[in-house]
Amino acid sequence: MSDIKKFMFVNRKAPYGTIYALESLEVVLIAAAFEQDVSMAFLDDGVYQLKKGHATKGIEVKGFEKTYGALEDYDVTKLYVDQESLDARGLTADDMCVPVEVMSRAELGKKMDEQDVVLSF
Amino acid sequence: MKFSIQVNEGPYTHQASDSAYQFTKAVLEKGHEVFRVFFYHDGVNNATRLTTPPQDDRNIVTRWSKLSEQYNLDMVVCVAAAQRRGIVDDGEAKRNGKDATNLAPGFRISGLGQLVEAGIQSDRLVTFGD
Repeated sequence: MSDIKKFMFVNRKAPYGTIYALESLEVVLIAAAFEQDVSMAFLDDGVYQLKKGHATKGIEVKGFEKTYGALEDYDVTKLYVDQESLDARGLTADDMCVPVEVMSRAELGKKMDEQDVVLSF
Repeated sequence: MKFSIQVNEGPYTHQASDSAYQFTKAVLEKGHEVFRVFFYHDGVNNATRLTTPPQDDRNIVTRWSKLSEQYNLDMVVCVAAAQRRGIVDDGEAKRNGKDATNLAPGFRISGLGQLVEAGIQSDRLVTFGD
């Protein structure tokens, strides 16, 4: 398929508790396999998806922190994190398990505006 | 305009499923094209023909099936999401050794590539869910 569109995946929910984060990642990998221009945005509780040290043994759910580390292998390197969401949760870029670009809500809005397809999970 | 629709929530629990149906119907009645409706997350539960709501309530599943028949609508259920939630067609039953199927008419089970393709091919991909 020759058409390349800009796909942004907007992640707003904590990694566990609901399945949205995990199933979002599955679409991200498929979109990357289709060689689309993929980016991911993390805001609200979605910033917890990238927090180092997922420990899921106690809730008997398969952890998927490693998948974020593998995104680079799929050429998914545009990971945008909302500054305000980090601040509100006492987190910084150093708490993230992969390299990210932290930006203001206004900058993130501009990025969203540039997209052809925005999928929100 | 060419639309695709993504349904992320199950029937009856969440308004998203109703809104997606009403939007899709309105789009078609206005003469637009719907390239595909894609069911993901708990949205795959919109595709079980075993649903039996009270008689004085809407039947969300058969409503989709009828819309599909009327407009030759392509309705795709994500295979990975369907497997997790027990939505099964003949092929999946055979592959996974299940003793029953429950996919309603008009739906088909396929991969996430169908969602990405819908995003590529359509002017607008409209998502229903939280």
